[in-house]
Amino acid sequence: MTSLAYDRTIQLGGEGRAPGWWAMVWTIATEAALFGFLLFSFYYLGSQSRSAWPPDGPLKLTLSLPNTILLILSSVAYMWGERGIRAGNQARLRLGLFIAFLLGLAFIIIQGIEWSKQPFGAGDGAFGSLFYTITGFHGAHVIIGLCMNVLVQIWAARGTFDRESHLAVTNAGMYWHFVDIVWLFVFASLYISPRLG
Amino acid sequence: MATLAPIATAPVERLHDTWEARPGLYGILATVDHKTIGKRYLVTSLVFLVLGGIEALIMRAQLTHANAHLLSPGAYDQLFTMHGITMIFWYASPVLSGFSNYIWPLMLGSRDMAYPRVNALSYWTFLASGIFIYTALCIGQAPNAGWFAYAPMTLRTFDPGLNMDFYALGLIFLTVSTTVGAINFIGTVMKMRAPGMSLNRLPIFVYGTMTASFAAVFSLPALTVAATYLYFERHFHMHFFDAAQGGSPLLWQHLFWMFGHPWVYIIVLPAMGMVSEMVPTFCRRPLVAYPYVALSTIATGIIGFGVWVHHMFATGLPGVSMSFFSGASIIIAIPSAIAVFAWIATMWLGTPVWKTPMMFVAGFVVLFVIGGVSGVVTAAVPFDWQVTDTYFVVAHIHYVLIGINVFPVVAAFYYWMPKITGRMMSETLGKWNFWTMFIGFNLGFFPMHISGLLGMPRRVYTYPASAGWGSVNLITTIGSAIFAVGVLLFVINIFVSLRRGAYAGSNPWDAGTLEWAMESPPPPYNFAVIPIIRSRLPLWEDQLGDATPGLIPGEGHSHVSEGVVLAEGRETFGTSPLEAHPLHVLHMPEDSMFPFLLAVAMLGTAYGLVFSLWWLAILGGVGMLACLIGWLWPRHLVTGERA
Amino acid sequence: MPRLSRRLAPSAVALGSCALAGCTPLNVLAHDGVTGSRETGLGWFLVIVSCAVVCIITILVLAAYVRSRKRRTRDDAVFAGRSGVPWVMWGGVVIPGIVLLVTFIFTIGTLDAVAAPTRAPAATVKVIGHQWWWEVRYEGTGPSQTVVTANEIHVPVGQPVRLELTTSDVIHSFWVPALAGKTDIIPGQTNTTWIEARHTGVFGGTCGEYCGAQHAHMQMRVIADSPGDFQKWLADEAAPAAKPADPTAADGLRVFMTSGCANCHTIRGTGSGGGVGPDLTHIASRTTIAAGALPNTQANLMGWIVAAQSIKPGSDMPSLPLPSRDLQSLAAYLETLR
Repeated sequence: MTSLAYDRTIQLGGEGRAPGWWAMVWTIATEAALFGFLLFSFYYLGSQSRSAWPPDGPLKLTLSLPNTILLILSSVAYMWGERGIRAGNQARLRLGLFIAFLLGLAFIIIQGIEWSKQPFGAGDGAFGSLFYTITGFHGAHVIIGLCMNVLVQIWAARGTFDRESHLAVTNAGMYWHFVDIVWLFVFASLYISPRLG
Repeated sequence: MATLAPIATAPVERLHDTWEARPGLYGILATVDHKTIGKRYLVTSLVFLVLGGIEALIMRAQLTHANAHLLSPGAYDQLFTMHGITMIFWYASPVLSGFSNYIWPLMLGSRDMAYPRVNALSYWTFLASGIFIYTALCIGQAPNAGWFAYAPMTLRTFDPGLNMDFYALGLIFLTVSTTVGAINFIGTVMKMRAPGMSLNRLPIFVYGTMTASFAAVFSLPALTVAATYLYFERHFHMHFFDAAQGGSPLLWQHLFWMFGHPWVYIIVLPAMGMVSEMVPTFCRRPLVAYPYVALSTIATGIIGFGVWVHHMFATGLPGVSMSFFSGASIIIAIPSAIAVFAWIATMWLGTPVWKTPMMFVAGFVVLFVIGGVSGVVTAAVPFDWQVTDTYFVVAHIHYVLIGINVFPVVAAFYYWMPKITGRMMSETLGKWNFWTMFIGFNLGFFPMHISGLLGMPRRVYTYPASAGWGSVNLITTIGSAIFAVGVLLFVINIFVSLRRGAYAGSNPWDAGTLEWAMESPPPPYNFAVIPIIRSRLPLWEDQLGDATPGLIPGEGHSHVSEGVVLAEGRETFGTSPLEAHPLHVLHMPEDSMFPFLLAVAMLGTAYGLVFSLWWLAILGGVGMLACLIGWLWPRHLVTGERA
Repeated sequence: MPRLSRRLAPSAVALGSCALAGCTPLNVLAHDGVTGSRETGLGWFLVIVSCAVVCIITILVLAAYVRSRKRRTRDDAVFAGRSGVPWVMWGGVVIPGIVLLVTFIFTIGTLDAVAAPTRAPAATVKVIGHQWWWEVRYEGTGPSQTVVTANEIHVPVGQPVRLELTTSDVIHSFWVPALAGKTDIIPGQTNTTWIEARHTGVFGGTCGEYCGAQHAHMQMRVIADSPGDFQKWLADEAAPAAKPADPTAADGLRVFMTSGCANCHTIRGTGSGGGVGPDLTHIASRTTIAAGALPNTQANLMGWIVAAQSIKPGSDMPSLPLPSRDLQSLAAYLETLR
């Protein structure tokens, strides 16, 4: 162990999170606030709307509900992989990351398909603008999460992580779970709440 | 668990070599030294202060007489908008970041901020976003819809030029700087304090910036969302704010003020914290009611999230909601009153020494109260309906902004320049500086309460002679000119002191907090040994003995000149958030070009988006991705850390 | 002593300004309307309390200075000192708490009192904000009773009048300080307010929300008439335009119809139907033109027609360089439209 004290002995404790962990926590906090304001806009304009909201009736769940489940499963895969590295299991880490990546990529592709099938465009009134902006912001966050996933996979392949030291895995994982949880709020707001009358 | 054992002497030369930035261009662009970054923030903010001030003086020239024709309405509209956004975004918050950046590690007993490269990024993006927004002024297409830019006037139909695109993108760019900076301050206060610096031993300045940082993390996204909507509506024909298509102009107002109101506390709470450091030093005793002041700082930050509708009282909202926000806006005065009386009590129960910083602090207290009471006046909804959007509000905002930000900032320069540069500022020039600023400010802005009560609306490029506002405006212009002279004297004093100021030594004011422990200017490594803290005022323990606030009986006294060395590379302690127990030895990052390059890439994207040069926007995006990957590529190990 | 006069200045000016109401037509503290009076009453309370608080704090700070000067010893040693918490409790919590509570109660009480008039409104006026003028409509029981004018609102004295506020473009704010506080005008919604003048007279108003380049030149006037005069005014305004009585006026009508004016302006009874600019059917009965920018005189009218863009640059009214004879007959015709 390094470093030296002058005159007294200092005990270093085992508990406590690394500064880098807190950096991700507060980044997630500000991004969560971002989605909070996006959804506020949705509810605000919805409450002021003089016509039907959504104008073409409630959004279909045919693609979005299975897609939601895919995203949840990707988080599960990631968690499984992260538990692996905590036990020192490199293979489990890499498999978990890879499955999470595939599921996340599938989410984006299916979302793209759903976008192309929507009867309204982004310029079609406030609902359309909000729908594409909110799901677009979310999709951008998913893509960023996928990029992080790829980087972590590369670093894992190079043997960067071990059971003690794998902050990047944890941080990318926290971000990914955040993206997942935000989706649940987005899904509930855009797809479910208008059905509740 | 690990233990650290003693050595004989601190290897000062080794520490020096480890922590100093490389000379030359690389060192300039890649340094992550918080002190350099802090100084850059301070200088750049002062440049923006002067730019904003010039914009104001030109407007004053136009408004001195009725029906003047110095400025066309279009030019006037760009000037008042640029004045507002320059001062509020590119001066008021960054200058406080500058002081916080410089002082925090010294005050906290650490070797650096928690995320040194993020720190560098926060500066470079601040500078880049400022260059971006001033490009707009240089091409005559500066934002022109006021600093709060109410839709739908900001939409393409009514404002077809590039003006509001610069506004939307420039602000999003700046929010990146402020957000990453805020995350840096939060991480630092949680993890980078000297062992033993528990929460009740934290300086109030730290509470101030910390509260502002939490407020920034939660409020800035509202601006990002609003500005994004604005850009999308203008460029991609989307509908958020236009009523005909299901949007609402009030959506802009809600989002903007949900950001905007916390923002005004972000730009004053750190300054109030700085005052709470200076008052004890110059009154020769600890701050009165420290716990109340700390809590009132946090309370102001929290309540500040619940008052935004008071900017919208005239928009036709339901009475119940207006009553709630009126009440909240009135009650937020209480934490401020607590702080004001803590400062006054410290003056009465201490032995004030009237050096220049203390004079600015005394002036600040009076201006704070004037600004605060005019705020309560506007919180009373039915009377707000008369004075909102008049010069009464302009008076209020300048009393709170100049009173609670500029005056403490100037005081802080006088106070901490000796530490930053090793030279004292001139006391004689300082007193002239104070009186010209104080008299000029009051002469310039107090009459605005009157012109507001006489019905003069905001944002008018001229007014008729029959309105009866001519004499008040003339007085205001004269006062503003005197105030400008005061600012000039301040700048002159800085330059004079750099050349000829008396050498300061480590603690010229005989202050009690840690930043005064080392030589002035501080060495690159801040502390040769990491101090161990046992009270709120470590450097006054010799004089106050057991009466030093924050001491716990049986724990002994602070150790400032003896402690842990940590000299194997750039090392410092990571400590626990509440009690500051030492937990890890952190290896801090080396200098890096990535923050600078990332800011350049972002600037490229910003220019691409504003001029609709999509190739440039994409190129910038690719650049950003490359920089992020390079930055995050694992190179640094954190020993003893558990993820 | 500078600070003392600064403290007295607002009171002195306020007192003086009531007497000089004519000199400061938009004075908030000179109140004539029912809501305005309540609001101003609250305002006086706030101003007086604020001045008192500022005085007290300034005295405390000055006294701290004076005390420190008088200190015997020049000892600047650091010492622990007394706790001082009672200062903070009394000065920071208890006393402000009481004062603020009273303020809040007064505020809510006033809010309640001005929320709605005590009796049914005598008239409803639709006010439509434009960049940069005010369209004013009194809708009667049929088109023959509809009054459309601009920048001037007539109300019967002593009776509440309802105002329905909408905008055709951006956010404006309706504000006649002597009568009532501001009500913003938001696209997509109709905001309602009410005014009641206690005395006859002319009350100036202005737009209270930045609305673009000529926000500075968007004034209006509210004229409180006796009820009889008000009814007469309504009847006069509802009538179509007077037919031109002499050849000059007839020529002026011809100029109006052929020079493009009719594309933007309406004169009821002439067949013109332009809706971009103000209705000119009774323009000569108005006291100002160009939304309060100029008094309504023949010379000003001519000046406005030929050089609108130099008086109000950016407004929708173009500068029309008419030949001198046409200009004179047009102005003469417009002057007949009472």
